[in-house]
Amino acid sequence: MYQLYFVLQARALTSQTAESDAIRFLVGTQSLKFDNQIHIIDFDDENNIISKSVLQHQAGEIWHISASPADKAVLTTCYNKTSESRVVTCGAVWRMPPEWESGSHESPDDPHNSHNPQNLELLCHLDNSSHGNASCVLWEPMGDGKHVISLADNHALLWDLTESSTQATISSSATLEGKGQLKFTAGKWSPHHNCTQLATANDTAIRGWDLRTMSQIYCIENAHGQLVRDLDFNPNKQYYLASCGDDCKVKFWDVRNINEPVKTLEEHSHWVWSVRFNHSHDQLVLTGSSDSRVILSNMVSISSEPFGHLVDDDDLSDGEDNHQDEKTKEPLQDSIISTYEEHEDSVYAVEWSSADPWLFASLSYDGRLVINRVPRALKYHILL
Amino acid sequence: MDGDINATAPGTTPPDSDPARKRRVHGMLKLYYGLNEEGKTVDQAESMDPCDINGPHFDPEVYLNKLRRECSLGELMDQETCMVKQIRSLDSDMQTLVYENYNKFISATDTIRKMKNDFKKMEDEMDCLSTNMASITDFSARISGTLQDQHAQITKLSGVHTLLRKLQFLFELPARLNKCLELQAYAQAVSSHRRARCVLQQYSHMPSFRGIQDDCHAIMDKLAQELRQKFRDGGSSAKDLSECVELLLQLDEPAEELCDKFLSHAQSRLEADLLGLEAELRPPLSSGPTAVTDPYTGPARRLSVEPTAGSPTGPSSLNNPFLSPSSRTDILEFIDRGCNEFVSSLCLVIASYQELFVNRPQEGELASKNIPQMAIGKLHAFVDALATRYFSLVERRIQEEKSVGDNSLLVRALDRFHRRLQAVAKLLPGSAVPSQGTEIVVRAARERIKQYLAALQSFYLNSLTDVRQALAAPRLGGSSAGGGSHLGGSATGKDAPASLPELLSTLSASILNQIKSVLASVHLFTAKDITFSNKPYFKGEFCSHGVRESLVVNFIMFVCQSSRQFCESAGDRGGSTPPALLLLLSRLCLDYETSTITYILTLTDEQFLVQHHSPVTAVTALCGEAREAAQKLLNHYVKVQGLIISQMLRKSVETRDWVNTIEPRNVRAVMKRVVEDTTSIDVQVGLLYEEGVRKAHSSDSSKRTFSVYSSSRQQTRYAPSYTPSAPMDTNLLSNIHKLFSERVEIFSPVEFNKVSVLTGIIKISLKTFLECVRLRTFGRYGLQQIQVDCHYLQMYLWRFVSDENLVHFLLDEIVGSTAHRCLDPAPMEQSVIEVICERG
Repeated sequence: MYQLYFVLQARALTSQTAESDAIRFLVGTQSLKFDNQIHIIDFDDENNIISKSVLQHQAGEIWHISASPADKAVLTTCYNKTSESRVVTCGAVWRMPPEWESGSHESPDDPHNSHNPQNLELLCHLDNSSHGNASCVLWEPMGDGKHVISLADNHALLWDLTESSTQATISSSATLEGKGQLKFTAGKWSPHHNCTQLATANDTAIRGWDLRTMSQIYCIENAHGQLVRDLDFNPNKQYYLASCGDDCKVKFWDVRNINEPVKTLEEHSHWVWSVRFNHSHDQLVLTGSSDSRVILSNMVSISSEPFGHLVDDDDLSDGEDNHQDEKTKEPLQDSIISTYEEHEDSVYAVEWSSADPWLFASLSYDGRLVINRVPRALKYHILL
Repeated sequence: MDGDINATAPGTTPPDSDPARKRRVHGMLKLYYGLNEEGKTVDQAESMDPCDINGPHFDPEVYLNKLRRECSLGELMDQETCMVKQIRSLDSDMQTLVYENYNKFISATDTIRKMKNDFKKMEDEMDCLSTNMASITDFSARISGTLQDQHAQITKLSGVHTLLRKLQFLFELPARLNKCLELQAYAQAVSSHRRARCVLQQYSHMPSFRGIQDDCHAIMDKLAQELRQKFRDGGSSAKDLSECVELLLQLDEPAEELCDKFLSHAQSRLEADLLGLEAELRPPLSSGPTAVTDPYTGPARRLSVEPTAGSPTGPSSLNNPFLSPSSRTDILEFIDRGCNEFVSSLCLVIASYQELFVNRPQEGELASKNIPQMAIGKLHAFVDALATRYFSLVERRIQEEKSVGDNSLLVRALDRFHRRLQAVAKLLPGSAVPSQGTEIVVRAARERIKQYLAALQSFYLNSLTDVRQALAAPRLGGSSAGGGSHLGGSATGKDAPASLPELLSTLSASILNQIKSVLASVHLFTAKDITFSNKPYFKGEFCSHGVRESLVVNFIMFVCQSSRQFCESAGDRGGSTPPALLLLLSRLCLDYETSTITYILTLTDEQFLVQHHSPVTAVTALCGEAREAAQKLLNHYVKVQGLIISQMLRKSVETRDWVNTIEPRNVRAVMKRVVEDTTSIDVQVGLLYEEGVRKAHSSDSSKRTFSVYSSSRQQTRYAPSYTPSAPMDTNLLSNIHKLFSERVEIFSPVEFNKVSVLTGIIKISLKTFLECVRLRTFGRYGLQQIQVDCHYLQMYLWRFVSDENLVHFLLDEIVGSTAHRCLDPAPMEQSVIEVICERG
């Protein structure tokens, strides 16, 4: 377990999606008084060293951050801009200056490195002033970094980024209609079906959208007893979706049958703010909650590997033994692997590393980032 | 030695009662002569001891040596005087006896002398008698010689006379038989014929006798024909019938055929009874008796005419198949009818059948055919077939008995049913019928228990609906001004919460009463005067497994489970269960855990004298179940109430533009509402739960200011002291603060007391407040408004919770977070806050 403190409150955390070698997380701070920053956290797994670089984000406090899946240096933020006693949340695409990497890598322990933070380079604004406040920006998963979706109040906007992301134009949009002031609270772009689906949450409902027609596919009314806070798609099972919310529950859905969740977890003692499937081993589910806990669960029964790791073809020589092993392994049960209690304040974001599937980070409001590993025993249990 | 002293001890005491002493002396003498009471020799074992002075093997030398060896001088002296005394008394006794015997001897001598004289006289008379007797014998011999011839003649004559009379009987036989036939005196005819039959058979080679025999045969054939006809006609009574059978048997009719005929005849009548019963069962829609007999065409084939001819008993019901179910007889009447008609005639049939075929004295030729065995076999098959039909009817009727109102009727009916079957058991020892009957009773009892369980469950659910309505009604009344007391039922006449304890007590009392009355009803099954109550099932399994487990335990489980369902169904938003009901049920379950379950089970065990052969659910397991349910309900209550307040707070934070708000002048209305609601929840919970423990208050908790954090901690938080070189300072303080304060579990289980419940609700509410605040951005007055609101909450909420520091901590967090989210953090003066709050 490794801890890191930031001086400012923070809510926004993402792993650098396009980076597959280094273990790298991006954290956006929230401060109304000081210049906000984006911290780039590098974790050297072999030497157990954490190094940190800082980039200035002067536009405002960061509520959401998201890294491009195609270009390591490109990222989007949703930030609050205060002007004339009005608070507006905007979205923008940024590029990290090319020097930070070389600079930080050459002298990771240089204490002055963080004292002369460099600025982010603005590529373009996702200008949505007519649509309201942006709550999050989603990259097309596994795409070429040309498409993003931003959720603004009750609109879902699909943007095309052109001219090396310096221009953004709305290619299509969907609007949530209904009584009262509807507002998207969270969303997720499905990596399945050629990335043509989007799931959003508003109030207690979860909706699925077809991006080709920008129309609603399904709607899980009252998915949670109270607000739905976050969603995530199972990376390996195309119809499976996890959601979490203010009723302290984490629910797993098969969107083909929306009447009832496939599974429900009730381990947290306050609102659950974030839920993430492991990218490679989708039985590992990470949740963060305002009870200051991070819980790592092993949802074997609904994972794509219900009987543990499947035997590869190379292992056919000793297939007999493996068969034996499988049988003994089979009755695996869903279980809580571990509860992490290092945080002192509400945990608003958890994220798996995109480079190392056994590593994850969690961020609490007081600005503490904790990096943890999946317990070794479980890792070997899954692998072997 | 011991025996010695014992034997001599009475001698040393002065003679207190003479006759006793005398008897003792006689006894001693007898002993001396080797006689005991029965005149047998005394037991040897008793007297083998040479030291036994009274024994036959007494050896003075040994005795003396022994005495000398073992006794002191004083004792020897005593022994000596005692012995001298004894010898003296023995001597005098002997003397008396000698005198007595001497006198008797003298009188005996006299008597013998007198007898000698008398005998001499008698001898003479005897001699005279013997000579007289000799002459008499002589005379008598002479007389008999003369009478001999006449006597022989007379004997011969009388022989001829008898023969002639027999012959006359034979010759008259045909005429007599004919006459009997005319008069229908069949029995006489058969007995006459039977007497003559052997003779006729013997002399059949003589033509005259042959003629008579033929005539008789013809007549008897006719008679047999007539008997068979009579037998075949259904109309005759059972007694006539049995007479018929008896005669036919005597006429060498094959027994097997007779059995069949007899049984088939009986069947026709029993069948009619069954049809009568069935007609009562018929629902009005189905169409009459043809359909009824269908499944039974096998045995009833020969009796296809029976619905018209053989049902004199049930014409009314047959003529009227469209009996409405309301006018149907109750089960007791039905069973009564079944018993009186079917079972009693069945018994009659069995009895007469056994009389005829089974228990007959076996006469030569019949005995060889082994009739009883064959007959019994047929009878069993017959009884089983009919009983099966009867049972199916009874069972159908029992199944229709659905209303659980009066169990005694059913029990009485079952009792009667069972009792009457005992008659069959007595008549037909090997039959399976009674055990099948018992099984039916057992099944009915099981079914009954199930029905009672269902009734209890529906009663419980209905009571809950009533409670719900009662809870809903006053609330409506409360909202309309002054209508609080319009629910006349609540004696207090106060607002809604006032009736909560009453509702609880009525609910729990009515459930308990219902359980008791059900137990009482079920108890009828095991009453002493019910015949089947001493069957092993009703003694053991029925009590333990049936009543205790299936009924009582299942019901308690049901109560717990249905309570739990309230938590689950209402887990999502819009759960329609009113919180008051949750609270009430939680208290109910808790009461169950503490006392009611134990009470009910003890009551059951006592009433039914349950002997636990098989493992039964333990009281503790049930109590655990109830406690779990109570806990879950209470947790859910806290959650629901917390949610209601949370929603208010959330709306109030989310819908306001905190950047552009005006300077606070008042506490926001929503905070007052929160306090009001909390107070009313406090009252509500206080009605059902005890106060609970709270940590000691500081004397002026309400006056506590926020100075602690607004000056020191908060200052460090939003004072512009941040420099990149000192990044840790600001957070370090708050983190250290948190390290030393315990982690607050928000949705944690609560204890069964008011303070804990309220603490839970307030925790949930304030945490929501905190999280909502963190999502907003505040202007200067926004922060000040939150300060005012928090101070107001501080003033009123501390009194509800177990640890006021908890409220302080959460409110600290709220104000701290607000300050952090504030664009222009200029906190309000504490004194101003206080003024605003006190103004209300």
